[in-house]
Amino acid sequence: MNIIFHIIKKEFIQFRQDKKMFIVSFFAPVFQLLVLGYAATFDVSKIPMAVCDFDNSASSRALVRNFTSTEYFRVVGYYDKISEIDNQLDDGHASIAVVIPRGFEKKMGAGQSAPLQVIADGTETSSATIGLNYVFVIVSTYSQNVVLESLIKRGSVMMPARLSTEFRIWYNPDLKSRNFMVPGVLGLLLMVMTMILTSLAIVKEKELGTLEQLVVTPIKPYQLIIGKLAPFFVIGVIDVILVVFFASVVFSLPVKGGVLLLFGLSLIFLMTTLGLGLFISTISRTQQQAMMTAIFFFMMPMVFFSGFVFPIENMPAIIQYISYLIPLRYYFVIVRGLFLKGVGMSILWTQALALLIFGSVILSLSVMRFQKRLG
Amino acid sequence: MTIKYSLNILPIVRKEFRQIIRDKRILGVLLFFPALMLFAFGYALNFDVKNTRMAVYDEDRSSASRDFIQQFFTSEYFIKVQTLSSKAEINNLLDGEQVRVVLVVPSSFSKDIQRGKSASVQVIVDGANSNAAATVLGYINAMIQQYSLKIMAESFMRIGGQQITLPIDFQPRVWYNPELKSAKFLVPGLIAFILMVTTVISTALAVVRERELGTMEQIMVSPIKPIELILGKTIPYIIISLIATAVILFFGYVLFDVSIKGSIFLLSMMTILFLVGGLGVGMLISTLVETQQLAFMIAVIVSMLPTFILSGFVFPIRNMPAIIQGITYLIPARYFLVALRAIILKGAGVSAFWDQAIFLTIYAAVMIGISSLRMRKFLA
Repeated sequence: MNIIFHIIKKEFIQFRQDKKMFIVSFFAPVFQLLVLGYAATFDVSKIPMAVCDFDNSASSRALVRNFTSTEYFRVVGYYDKISEIDNQLDDGHASIAVVIPRGFEKKMGAGQSAPLQVIADGTETSSATIGLNYVFVIVSTYSQNVVLESLIKRGSVMMPARLSTEFRIWYNPDLKSRNFMVPGVLGLLLMVMTMILTSLAIVKEKELGTLEQLVVTPIKPYQLIIGKLAPFFVIGVIDVILVVFFASVVFSLPVKGGVLLLFGLSLIFLMTTLGLGLFISTISRTQQQAMMTAIFFFMMPMVFFSGFVFPIENMPAIIQYISYLIPLRYYFVIVRGLFLKGVGMSILWTQALALLIFGSVILSLSVMRFQKRLG
Repeated sequence: MTIKYSLNILPIVRKEFRQIIRDKRILGVLLFFPALMLFAFGYALNFDVKNTRMAVYDEDRSSASRDFIQQFFTSEYFIKVQTLSSKAEINNLLDGEQVRVVLVVPSSFSKDIQRGKSASVQVIVDGANSNAAATVLGYINAMIQQYSLKIMAESFMRIGGQQITLPIDFQPRVWYNPELKSAKFLVPGLIAFILMVTTVISTALAVVRERELGTMEQIMVSPIKPIELILGKTIPYIIISLIATAVILFFGYVLFDVSIKGSIFLLSMMTILFLVGGLGVGMLISTLVETQQLAFMIAVIVSMLPTFILSGFVFPIRNMPAIIQGITYLIPARYFLVALRAIILKGAGVSAFWDQAIFLTIYAAVMIGISSLRMRKFLA
């Protein structure tokens, strides 16, 4: 026990001596939180819209007003030539354009269908889909009102049926991307700070040849491993505290499902990241190699295929199955469940169990590999 | 004299190349990874919301309500997971993420339609993933409005009115990417992302490695000039990055039909400008820190995260708060992406992105300038 304590102490001293590293280790999480919290937003509102109203009638103006009165669109300009609409879309100044042809009001008055052209810039798929749907809803509502009004004008006593919808949005009622992203940062952070830095720290000793010196001392491999992993474990715990603090204070996003449960489950997740870090160190000779392996073969695929930004449900079936092999996947469900939904173990126990199995398997495999290579 | 002033960079380039090639894994990462990512982004990673899991609670159980419900499942957007028999089940289904949407049709639905009243339905959406939720909401809303128009016309006919012509004939069109495929949007972003990450991280590490292992001192006592060292260290990575770009473009074309509509020459010029900027950043980092660990941390912080999040690669810049929008002007990928998308997707010429090219040039010049100054100081 004493030996482990001394190794841990040595690691901490080394860590603190590298002042720049020390600063960066604490600055990085805060930076990530702020960037992801404030910048990683899909919140589609104020889509820039160009309007080309050739009709310029009371009806066409009323329709345009229906667009401008919502939060969804922001009119960047009114144009009277189609070519100008082309330019606006080409330059990316407008993402959506509405063209109301001449004779719009006349046709509607005559009981005909008046054409309405809406052009969306499809380069940003998400915005284009959401934008077109908004336009459609506004146009349909307008259509229904036109029909109703004309019936009233004609003195009809009978009114046709309509549908109204009551939307309820759970867990994230304002549909803020931030609320989805910030809990996810915790998973990302723990990966970078524990998995990658663990592998680097061990490979560095290999590269500089100091690992061999440690091997010839009476330190046992398991003591070395615990001593090497402990500092990163502590960093991981500090990161959890940091994120919980920032989430509740800066982003007013408290842990609804309980802070203690979050800590407990995060510790299980740390087993997997530390285990992977150790594993990467056993398959890399140089720090550059370890880093490349950690980033490109572990971190990025894990982040992308675990549902951090892109929903797993949209992926092809085979990739959905592969994603079950990514511990981060389970952790994301856990943090989002705890932060947003306020669910407890009755819902999360499957995720927790999966993490526990992964953690024990990865950690014991890596420890075995590490010992074998030292022996 | 001429010999003395000519640059002698070939040996360094050769040495660096040899080192990269010897380490098969790194070379593999630099060349193979871009193709893999493209594959992933094209096939797996997208925002196209399809097959959203939906549960239905039909209190009305009439032919009208069944007809209404049916329309959701004839589209590709929703799949019915469960039919509920009580409201109490909704909580658990959404909490456990078994469904994302619950549709509730109240018992008065068909009666209201019969009487020509406004029939109301309830939709409960899991909003946790705000973007997916907004898209799903849009689809549901549009479908319900369409259905509303339909029953409006039908019920009017039933009560003896004449046929209603819809007042507006809605003609939506999508330009540049008519099938709304995410791959087209993401390919240019992916090029920027991979170029930035590989150039900044590998150049930063290439120099720091020499320092950490003590081989830098050997270089310093040799008659190599700082500029030679910088060029010699960066040229191999420029070449590899250009090959990676070609790989991405090739697979983008073969797999996803993303062809370059504009000029390839312009594309290459912009790519080189961007690369030079990225290499400048990598060099600068390498002069600031002593260990690879730290170089790596800083490189990730200044290249990976900003290029992914602050460049408009995935998240539209105009949705960001003003202060963050201001910060995005410091991210070179922002300019590069505008130019790339304009060239690849829209086939636009220089006139559409000359300002972006100027910004990139300034950025590259500043980064290379500062890093050479610092490099000279510390080599001296």
